[in-house]
Amino acid sequence: MTDAVIDIALNGHAGGFDLNAAFIVPAQGVTAIWGASGAGKTTLLRAIAGLTRLTGHVRIGEQVWQDDREFVPVHRRRVGYVFQEASLLPHLTVRGNLDFAQKRNGGHAVETDRLIDRLKLAPLLARKVDTLSGGERQRVALARTLFSAPEILLMDEPLSSLDGEAKAEIVPMIAALSRDAALPILYVSHDAYEVERLADRVLRLAKGRIIDTPDAAFSTQLDALSPAQVRALAEAALKAGIRV
Amino acid sequence: MADVGGAIWVTVCLATITTLCLLIIATPLAWWLSRGRSLVKDIITAIVALPIVLPPTVLGFYLLVAMGPQSPLMTLLHPFGIRTLNFSFVGLVIGSIVYSLPFAVQPIRNAFEHLGRRPFDVAATLRASPLDTFFSVALPMARKGFLTAALLVFAHTVGEFGVVLMIGGAIPGKTEVVSIRIWQMVEQLDWPNAHRLAGGLMVFAFTVLLSLLIIDRRLGNPRHD
Repeated sequence: MTDAVIDIALNGHAGGFDLNAAFIVPAQGVTAIWGASGAGKTTLLRAIAGLTRLTGHVRIGEQVWQDDREFVPVHRRRVGYVFQEASLLPHLTVRGNLDFAQKRNGGHAVETDRLIDRLKLAPLLARKVDTLSGGERQRVALARTLFSAPEILLMDEPLSSLDGEAKAEIVPMIAALSRDAALPILYVSHDAYEVERLADRVLRLAKGRIIDTPDAAFSTQLDALSPAQVRALAEAALKAGIRV
Repeated sequence: MADVGGAIWVTVCLATITTLCLLIIATPLAWWLSRGRSLVKDIITAIVALPIVLPPTVLGFYLLVAMGPQSPLMTLLHPFGIRTLNFSFVGLVIGSIVYSLPFAVQPIRNAFEHLGRRPFDVAATLRASPLDTFFSVALPMARKGFLTAALLVFAHTVGEFGVVLMIGGAIPGKTEVVSIRIWQMVEQLDWPNAHRLAGGLMVFAFTVLLSLLIIDRRLGNPRHD
């Protein structure tokens, strides 16, 4: 499990600009995708979920969601997606929104009571979603996503529409979730505070490309390998006559 | 005055059946039209809207031809013992469906278009299949469009005159509806009864329009969040 990786390479034209992004990161902890607005962060995240179709591959651990041969439709991927603005279904109550996700999660066990407790949702369950504040909505959206038992959580600037107070309340909740749930998170943000609080590693995106010094990219890839794989690589390099 | 009850009964039956049939027919059509635009969709949209601008006599004339014994459509039904649908209740229902089609398709299509992409993205990431999403998200979120469509079609069918006169022939108890009955009362100078029936339709029409406004206010615009 520890050497599972998220292996993404996507390119194509969508949302008005060209995206050409490839990276491999460990399938654990929080990976922030950081960049100015218009850098293609949302497009990249949508393409990973399958909401926008680009060419390339998306592999999450053992799962292949997209490669040259196949494209798994969004509703068959165990992906959790938290949208930038509130995305609750308005014809359902808070409880109804959570049930909607749980009913369709393929029968996976979810610690629903614990999540409701942790995200402080108990008093909101019977409410209509249009009576909720921005922070409450995003907490419900987060819980709903987790009720769907995802293998990876994609979060698209989930706190950008919230005020400082609501943000300060939710950030620790997300941090705790990623620690406890062993759920890899790709977290899109342009907010340095959120990235610093949450991220285990940071990918910078500009003009549709992951920009990083070659060394940093290389070390990111090394991070993704198991000790055995690193040793094998090193041995192969030595055999090939590379002197360190 | 004895046949007034019959005319009211035929009218109510016709409007109810037309409304139910149109909700079923218009839903997939409105759904398809709401998913993006193309020349084909524009052409279909224009055809669907034709009954709004055509004189009912033109529509009635073509329906009369199409449902007459010589039409290719009816020839197909001859082996089943059906020679014509003119001057029958079924023919009346078919005519009403064509005549009120735009009043069903337009509100439902608007409601679907108003939903935007977001609810569909959300449902897909929560592992709802497209069909599941249609029934558990799109239909309930577009409920205002369906209510509006149902009320408009019902009222519009009650208000029909030209088409039903041409293809129905005003057979009492079978194809004679209230609007035609009023016309015949006036022809026979039976003004007191014409007054009563016309007044009843006024009250009905006003009630429907007021209900539409109340629905609009209560349900508000469908929201995305």
